[in-house]
Amino acid sequence: MNDIRILGPLILLLITGCGGIQAPSSEASPTPQLSGRLELTGSSTIAPLVTEIAKRFELKHPEVRVDVQTGGSGKGIADVRNGTADIGMASRALAEDEQDLTIHPIAVDGVGIIVHSSNPIPELTAEQIVGIYRGESNNWSEVGGPDLQITVVHKAEGRATLEVFLEYFDLENPSIKADVIVGDNEHGIKTVAGTKGAIGYVSIGTAEADIQAGVPIRLLPLAAVEATTKNVGNGSFPMSRPLNLVTADSPGDLARQFITYCQSEEVHDLVVSQYFVPVTP
Amino acid sequence: MNSETRNDRLSLSFSRRFGPELATVLTGIPALVVAGMFGWILADILYHGLTQFSWAFLTSAPEDAGRQGGISTILVSTLMILGITLIIVVPVSLATAVELAERRSRSVRFDRLVRRSLDVLAACPSIVFGLFGNAFFCVYLKMGYSILAGGLTLACMVLPLLIRTSEQAIRAVPDEYRHAAASLGLSRWTTLFRIVLPAALPAMAAGLVLSIGRALSETAALIFTSGYVTRSPESLFDSGRAMSVHIYDLAMNVPGGNPRAYATAATLLIVLLVINGIAVRLTRIAGLTLNPSLEKNH
Amino acid sequence: MTWWSRNTSSQSRRDLALRWVARASSVLSAAVILLIFLFLLQEAAPALANIGISRFFTDTSWHPLSAQFNLVPMLMGTVLTTLGAVVIATPLGLAAAIYCVYFAPRGLATWYRRLIELMAGIPSVVFGLWGLVKLAPFIGQLGGSGQNLLTAMIVLSLMILPTVMLTTCSSMAAVPPELLRGGAALGLNRWSVVRRIVLPAARGGIGVGILLATARAVGETMAVLMVAGNVVEIPTSLLDPVRTLTANIALEMGYATTAHRSILFASGLLLMGLVACVALVAEVRKRSPHEL
Repeated sequence: MNDIRILGPLILLLITGCGGIQAPSSEASPTPQLSGRLELTGSSTIAPLVTEIAKRFELKHPEVRVDVQTGGSGKGIADVRNGTADIGMASRALAEDEQDLTIHPIAVDGVGIIVHSSNPIPELTAEQIVGIYRGESNNWSEVGGPDLQITVVHKAEGRATLEVFLEYFDLENPSIKADVIVGDNEHGIKTVAGTKGAIGYVSIGTAEADIQAGVPIRLLPLAAVEATTKNVGNGSFPMSRPLNLVTADSPGDLARQFITYCQSEEVHDLVVSQYFVPVTP
Repeated sequence: MNSETRNDRLSLSFSRRFGPELATVLTGIPALVVAGMFGWILADILYHGLTQFSWAFLTSAPEDAGRQGGISTILVSTLMILGITLIIVVPVSLATAVELAERRSRSVRFDRLVRRSLDVLAACPSIVFGLFGNAFFCVYLKMGYSILAGGLTLACMVLPLLIRTSEQAIRAVPDEYRHAAASLGLSRWTTLFRIVLPAALPAMAAGLVLSIGRALSETAALIFTSGYVTRSPESLFDSGRAMSVHIYDLAMNVPGGNPRAYATAATLLIVLLVINGIAVRLTRIAGLTLNPSLEKNH
Repeated sequence: MTWWSRNTSSQSRRDLALRWVARASSVLSAAVILLIFLFLLQEAAPALANIGISRFFTDTSWHPLSAQFNLVPMLMGTVLTTLGAVVIATPLGLAAAIYCVYFAPRGLATWYRRLIELMAGIPSVVFGLWGLVKLAPFIGQLGGSGQNLLTAMIVLSLMILPTVMLTTCSSMAAVPPELLRGGAALGLNRWSVVRRIVLPAARGGIGVGILLATARAVGETMAVLMVAGNVVEIPTSLLDPVRTLTANIALEMGYATTAHRSILFASGLLLMGLVACVALVAEVRKRSPHEL
C-alpha cells in the first residue's frame, strides 16, 4: 500500500513524460534546413571526438540530432552493415572481408612506445622491442638499461593499436609473452605509470595529453623519430593508423553532409583538442 | 549427545569468562579492517573529487568530451533510468517475493524452478545483460538506444537481488503473526498488506537500497542500451549517458579525464547518500527502525 | 505455512487477484533468464555447431584470430577469483555484521551501516580505478605490475562485502526478539546469544546473501578487467595474472567478428552453466541437513 503511494507520482511522471514529448520535430521545416536523426556507433577512441563534432553540427542545424554511441570498431562495422547505424566509426583500415564498405578518414593517430618516466633508457631498436615482446629479454639491463625486471604491457586481441603494432614489428600475436594485457589506452597508460619496469604502446595523442597532466610516463622515439603528434602529422613518424567514418554504399543526404563536415577545416580545432592529427582528404 | 552437552558447557564457561570483551574485539577487528579499506577508497574519491566539485558542475552540461563543464544532463539521464527501473522492478519483485515466501508449500517444484532461475540470473555478467538488452529491447522491440531500454535492462539485472532480499524479509516475519491473522479471519490480502509487509518493510528497504546501489553502479549493461549521448534526453526514447558510463569513459577512454571522473564519482556518492536517507526516512515513517539491536530487547 | 490454503471461506476476489498477480510475476521473473539463455544460444549456435564444445577444452591456447579456442585458463580464472573473493569476504562480512548489530555502540553502528550501503553503490569502474592506480602498485612491490590474481581477489571481495554484510545484518535483525529475550533470560551473555540463537536462526538468510555475493563475483566484469592482468594462462601463484571469462567477453566483444563473436557468446553460456551448478549445489546442500 505504501508502495502505491510512493509510486503514484512516479507513474504519473512517466506517463506525462511519454506523452508530452513523443513527437520530436517531425513537422517539415519551411526553410531548406537539415533535419532528422543520425545514429553513429563504433570505436571508443573516435567516439569522444565525434561527440564534440556532433555538438557543433547540432548548433549549426538545430533540427538535427546526432546520436553517437560506442562499443568498438567491430560493432561500428557490423551496425552499418545491418542498418542499425547510419555511420560507423573504425579506428583502423578495413579488413579484406569488409571491402563492401566505404571509409571516410577524419583524423590520424600515431602509436608510440611508452615506459615509466623513471626509466633512463634513451631508445630501443626494433630488434630489442621484438626481443622484449617475445620474452627473450626479461631485464632492462639486457637492452642497456638499469637492473630492473621488464613488465610487458600488451593489448587485447582485436584492438586496433595492437594490429598496428604487430604489423609494424612483423610479429605474430601468439608468439608474444605479455605480463599484463590491457583494454583501453588509458588502461595501458595507468598500468605503465604504476609499474617502474613496464613497457607498452599507446596512442601518441593520449600519451601526450597525459604527460602534460603530469602522469609519470615517457614516449620513446621510434627509428630515430621523436614520437609527437607533430611528427605524425607531417608523416615522418612511422607507426600510425587512420580514424575512419564508415558507411554502406549510399549514405543519405544528412549522413553525407555530416561526413563532409567532419572532414572540413571547421572542425580541425576539435580534432586537435582531442589530441589527434587532422587530415585533409 | 552426552559429549555435545559437555562441549556446550565448556564453551559456556569459556564465553562467561571471556564473553563480550573478547567477542567485541574478535568481531571489531574485521569490522575495522573493512571500514579501513572502504575508508581508503572513499577518501581517494573524495580527495580527488571534491576539489572539482561545485554548484556549476551540477548545473552545466559536459564540454570537451567531459574534461570541462559539468554533468547536469548526465544526472537527468541517470535519474530517469533509475526511475524506470524502480517502477518496473519494485512491483514485480514484491509480487514474486510474496509468491515465493508465502506459498511455498503449494507447488514446491514451480517455486524451486523460479528460485533457481533467479540464482542463475543473478550471476549473469553485466556485459551479457548489455548485449541481451541491446539485442532484445533496442533492436527486437525497436526501442533503439534509449532511457527506456536502459531502465528495462537494469530492471532485469536487479530483479534477482530485490526478489531474494524481499523474500528473505517476508519469510523472516514470524508465523505467529500469520496464524493470529488467520484466526481473526482476515483475508489474505489484508494479512499481507496490513501485517506481513509492514513487518518486513525494514529488511525490504535494505534490499531496495542494495538494488538501487547496484543499478546506479552499473556500467557495462548501460553502454549498449541507454548509450553514450551526453545531450539532455527529450523523451524516454532518447539515448542518455548514465553517471557510471560517464565515469568509465572519463577514466578509461578520455586522456586527462581523471579529475572529472573523480568529481562524477563523488557526485554519485552524494546522490546515493540522499537516496539512502530517503529510504531510511520512509521506513521510519512506517513506524519502524532499521537498526534493532539487543539493547532494546533487554 | 498452509494456513491460508485451508481457510477457503474468506477467499475474496482480491485474494484471487493477489494469487494470480504473484504467480504471473514469478513466471515473468523466471522468463527473463530463459530469454537471455535463448538469446545467448542463438548467438552461440554457429560456434557450437562449427567448432564444437570439445575444442574449448582441448585446443592449445586462446588465440581466436589464429583459430585457437581454449577456454580452460579463463574458466580457472573465474573460479579462482570468485573463490578467493568469497573466502576473503565471508568471514570479514559476517564478523563485521555481527559487530555492527550486536557489539558496536549504537551511533557507530548506524554510521557503519551507512558506509556499507554507500559502498554497495560505488560503480565497479571506481573500484577498478582504485585497484589499478592505488592497490596494484602497492602489491606490485612484491614484483611485476601488481595486476594479478591476488589484486583481483581483494578488489572483488571488497565489491561483494556490502552484499554479504547487508543481507547478514537484515537476516539477523529479523530474528524474533522473543528468542533473544529467552536467551537472555537463560543467563546467556551476548556472545552466546549471537552464537547459539541468532546465527542458527539467521542461517538461511546468510546463506542467500553469500550465494548472491558469489553470483555477483562470478558476473563482475569491469573491475576485474582493470586489475587482473588478463593474460590467458592458468596461474601458478597468487602473483600471476589471470583472465576471467567475463573480462574476456568485455575485452574482445567490441572488436570481435563472426566466429570469434559467436565463441564469446558460447563462453557466456558456459558461465551460466557454471553458475547453475553453484546454485544447484547450494540448494542441495541447504536442503539435505534440514529443511529451512
